[in-house]
Amino acid sequence: MMDLAKLRADFPILGRLENGKPLIYLDSAATSQKPIQVIETEARFYREQNANVRRGVYLLSHEATELYEAARRMVAEFLGARAEEIVFTRGTTEGLNLAAWALGETRVSLGDRIIVTEMEHHANILPWQELARRKGAELLAVPITEGGHLDLSAFRKMLNRRTKVVALAHVSNVLGTINPVGEIAEEAHRVGAVVVVDAAQSVPHMPVSVKELGADVLAFSGHKMLGPTGIGVLWAKSELLEEWPPFLTGGEMIREVWLDRAVWADPPAKFEAGTPPIAQAIGLAAAVEYLAGIGMPTVNAHGRELTALALEGLQTRSFVEIYGPRDPKERGALVSFNLKGLHPHDVATLLDQEGICIRAGHHCAQPLHRRLGIPASCRASFYLYNTREEVEAFLAALDRVWEALR
Amino acid sequence: MSPYEEVILDHWKNPRNKGRLSDPDLVGVEVNPLCGDAVRLELKVADGKVADVRFDGHGCAISQAAASLLTELIQGRTLAELREMKDEELLSALGGVIQTRLNCALLPLRALRKALKS
Repeated sequence: MMDLAKLRADFPILGRLENGKPLIYLDSAATSQKPIQVIETEARFYREQNANVRRGVYLLSHEATELYEAARRMVAEFLGARAEEIVFTRGTTEGLNLAAWALGETRVSLGDRIIVTEMEHHANILPWQELARRKGAELLAVPITEGGHLDLSAFRKMLNRRTKVVALAHVSNVLGTINPVGEIAEEAHRVGAVVVVDAAQSVPHMPVSVKELGADVLAFSGHKMLGPTGIGVLWAKSELLEEWPPFLTGGEMIREVWLDRAVWADPPAKFEAGTPPIAQAIGLAAAVEYLAGIGMPTVNAHGRELTALALEGLQTRSFVEIYGPRDPKERGALVSFNLKGLHPHDVATLLDQEGICIRAGHHCAQPLHRRLGIPASCRASFYLYNTREEVEAFLAALDRVWEALR
Repeated sequence: MSPYEEVILDHWKNPRNKGRLSDPDLVGVEVNPLCGDAVRLELKVADGKVADVRFDGHGCAISQAAASLLTELIQGRTLAELREMKDEELLSALGGVIQTRLNCALLPLRALRKALKS
């Protein structure tokens, strides 16, 4: 159990007002709030420890490098991975673009097949769409069922010997669906495909061990898990990182450079050209330490409890349409919905007047919304600092929105 | 809960001049692909003035209320006047629009400007 009052005191922003009301922040799936431990760690780096990494021979630079590499080890431990498999990126989007580009250079050619799903965020569609276009490969999307799950029998029919990549979200940022990555990876591996996982909505909320997950590549962002913006993580199996050419070239990623050729550094440095987001990586490590201190099973259970409460409340309201699985055990900590006949932007604007922040729009998943037959949806998402009282306030406010606009 | 002005709620719940004209002289359609809001404005013109007007569309309360109100604002006015019509006229007639939603409120005005160019 968490002491919520004590925990909330770690998040200074939760003390502010929104439109004159106490802030009820239900948009952590977009970006999470930051505890003072993360804010102070990043500030302390700039106040006391700032230097560039991997190049200075002076003590200050050595210390900064130590902190940066310790952050990598901490992230690795959090994921059950090895430090040399952890590449720091700017975020999930960059990680997925890196993977798509590198797989294009090494594995995907004319006539090959790439499989994504209908429930992907644009960041896990567009890199593959571009890759397919460049290489003349075909891009297929696994359809979703009415219940908001992947249609696995359709997936099995799509898999063939020419399938080189299967890319999917661990947890859908709209439906909330937890996808069976292990089962999908097992089948994908049977035809030799590489499995790439968008873990932006899973790693912040549930225990994720790359060893147990079964995927080959996994990307997520720091800012959705209490960390700073501008830092993300790409994990990939060592054999892939060895095989892949660098995505960006420049400083810090080389062993030797001549005017006409170069020898790359070993991974992960090979994929970290230029000065990396040093303070952000160290801030992310502080976030990981914070989450690990609470324990991911506890974080997960709290998110599930709030999601169950929200689902239950939404289901009892006949004017609400819910998207995704009804069983909270099959979901991440978010719920997307619409109030019948009302535009999500109206719902979000009216809730905002009561201090309640939710997301409204297509959540960077236009193909999924098209599949659901709606232009947009509302999304409430929860994290460790949200309370049952906040979820209840949100549900009660929905009634007032409905009364005002119906 | 009254964050939307009464005039917006009124036009949202009781839209004026909604529908189609049988033989419009000018038509303007404006869509916001990001949120799905759409407004179609049809004008009948006589002696350089708006003789009749209809709107059709779907989307958020602000865009649809603004479209409804706009049909009332432009009825009987000359096309020359309407070409000079400022954003502020519609926004103030709406009783002020929340900063984050100006784009929604101005969608029908963009449809009007398209119609005037058609």
